[in-house]
Amino acid sequence: MATTYTLISSNVLSSSAASVTFSAIPADYTDLVIRLSARADGAIVNVKITFNGDTATNYSQTYLIGDGSAASSGRQSSVDNFNPYGVNASTYTANTFSNAEIYIPSYLVSQNKPIGFFGVTENNATSSYIMPSAGLWRNTAAITSIGIAPNSGNFVSGSSFYLYGISNA
Amino acid sequence: MPTKVIVDCSTGITTEVELTTEEIADLETARLAAEDQRKAEEAEAAARAEAKAALLDKLGITEDEAKLLLS
Repeated sequence: MATTYTLISSNVLSSSAASVTFSAIPADYTDLVIRLSARADGAIVNVKITFNGDTATNYSQTYLIGDGSAASSGRQSSVDNFNPYGVNASTYTANTFSNAEIYIPSYLVSQNKPIGFFGVTENNATSSYIMPSAGLWRNTAAITSIGIAPNSGNFVSGSSFYLYGISNA
Repeated sequence: MPTKVIVDCSTGITTEVELTTEEIADLETARLAAEDQRKAEEAEAAARAEAKAALLDKLGITEDEAKLLLS
């Protein structure tokens, strides 16, 4: 059977870091998947994602947020990064981490890039959130690097980031 | 000193790089913006809760009764 889901690179932080960037992503796959488990040391933290170092206003997103008692939805157009979900922050129960999957189909095609997000915070307490999001990066270049950063503070030690390649088979 | 991590997928080598002064300043700007956003969201949520409570009071029903009406 052909290998369709391949680990390209990963990193588990051994100390806090302001960002994690996957660079020199090979052009060997059809789609990309990032799986991450993260916690940050800021009080209220969202995760920012950028492609190819682009921090111009080429990103848009539509999102849902649910906490078990209420749901809300929103949209951001022409912003300078994807800001799709909240990550466990310093206010969360100690040693709990959020997790998320980011699916990037057809990352090599010469078209704008739609992105799918699914993230949750886990708190071991009453307050936790589920956050799916649909994103778009308006750029026709192949994706060669992906930057992931908290919008405030640092990712803490133990945060993990995995980049997979998906091949049509 | 804050750092950033770069994972080179072509070599598998991970590099930890100290942030520049400019990047540290950007981080502080981002932190302040996030704090402003948090305060705005909290104020909005408080205003919404206050309006909701006032409406329930005006109608003379509880929140559970309002949920029952809308179910």
